Amino acid sequence: MIEINNLHKGFGGVKVLKGISTTFLPGKTSLIIGESGSGKTVFLKSLIGLHAPEDGTISFDGRINTKFTQKEKQQWRQEIGMVFQGSALFDSQTVEDNVMFPLKMFTNKMHDEMLERVNFVLKRVNLENSNHKLPAELSGGMQKRVAIARAIVMNPKYLFCDEPNSGLDPRTAIVIDQLIQEITDEYQITTVINTHDMNSVMEIGEKIVFLKNGRKAWEGTSEDVFKTDNEAVVDFVYSSNLFKKVREAYLNEKK
Amino acid sequence: MNYLEHTGKYFIMLGRVFKKPQRTKIFYEFFIKEIEDLGLKSLGIIMFISFFIGGVIALQTALNLDNPFIPKSLIGFAAKRSIILEFAPTFCSIILAGKVGSYIASSIGTMRVTEQIDALEVMGINALNQLVLPKVLATVLFYPFLISLGMFLGIFGGWLTGVLSGLFSGADYIEGIQTDFNPFLLSYAIIKTVIFAFLIATVPSYHGYYVKGGSIAVGKASTQAVVWTTILIVITNYFLTQMLLT
Repeated sequence: MIEINNLHKGFGGVKVLKGISTTFLPGKTSLIIGESGSGKTVFLKSLIGLHAPEDGTISFDGRINTKFTQKEKQQWRQEIGMVFQGSALFDSQTVEDNVMFPLKMFTNKMHDEMLERVNFVLKRVNLENSNHKLPAELSGGMQKRVAIARAIVMNPKYLFCDEPNSGLDPRTAIVIDQLIQEITDEYQITTVINTHDMNSVMEIGEKIVFLKNGRKAWEGTSEDVFKTDNEAVVDFVYSSNLFKKVREAYLNEKK
Repeated sequence: MNYLEHTGKYFIMLGRVFKKPQRTKIFYEFFIKEIEDLGLKSLGIIMFISFFIGGVIALQTALNLDNPFIPKSLIGFAAKRSIILEFAPTFCSIILAGKVGSYIASSIGTMRVTEQIDALEVMGINALNQLVLPKVLATVLFYPFLISLGMFLGIFGGWLTGVLSGLFSGADYIEGIQTDFNPFLLSYAIIKTVIFAFLIATVPSYHGYYVKGGSIAVGKASTQAVVWTTILIVITNYFLTQMLLT
């Protein structure tokens, strides 16, 4: 479980996060949504320790990340899997080497054992015959799947995804969403996804946190998104006619 | 950002670079790859330039020494001194600053803007140590060999020029090379090379690592890296010459 309490962060005197508090549970896919510039990326980067909070705490199963010793921090880092927006695969390394990299760095396994684990996670993300390809030889969706494989290869307790659907066609985006949700459920990972994609909100949002101007403006489930009267959420989520119609249909059905 | 702030940030970066590698085996793999990328792949250009510049130095010296009272062996002596003292260590290092410096800054800069460095840091890897230390060791250990090869080929190019042009004889040239040979000058050249190699690896790494923005920012960082490495090589060359030869 990740508990965030009164998180503040700013850059050069500009406040980006203004006292965010929320909780993310294990085995659940939690989504952070909000307009561009609302502080989503800074929030996610604060969670994974790339930005130090100015105030407030982030605790991982009761352990506050700013109070870690060097050794604890190293251990905590290995409990984290991260899927970056652009996949962030090492372009000079093959798919196999990319996925094996954390194992090589942090375990004492023999090469065959590591290869077995790599093949297992690649199979899990449906990328069985791409071991020796370079990232440049893969499509965007395949790169995302390699990034997910790399993120889960160490059996993380916490999985963070920054816009995992950006740049993907709707069909591939759904495949990636479902894959993340299945993995979350299967391994009881605490998953936090930063997204703009309203399909993801409807499909996999077991918990949704809506950020506006650096503050948590609303939180709830994907069911709650349909019912909410919160103007900011309604304006953001139902900005397209398609989603407006979906909501109307849902509400009519419930009457 | 002012120069003082950049200087401070550069030294803080060095503090993070010079840590014990987290995994010796992976570090060794990176080191071997850097030897290839930064060293072996520069062999061709250094050999080519050294050979022809050596030839030109000998040719220019021969054409400017038309006084019959000046022995022809002076051509070999002057070529040897110019090549060992300045051409090979300084001129070749400036060429390497352009070739290797832009490669280092753009490759690390691209890793920064495509979040590959963030990915390393999220995994708990000291990205500076992992990416920059192998480059520093590869350049510092390999460039003395590269520059030594440059010296040899430069001097050889001068000899061949004399033989082919008929402006001086091979024997005179070799006599000049052997005249007043001071081994310290070789040490001086190697000391300079090691320090320049350190600058060639670290200054572009600094520019690449702290790049902010996209592809244009990476391009600018690459240019800045080459300019600053060249400036620092020239300034350091002046001070080293003052310290070691006067």
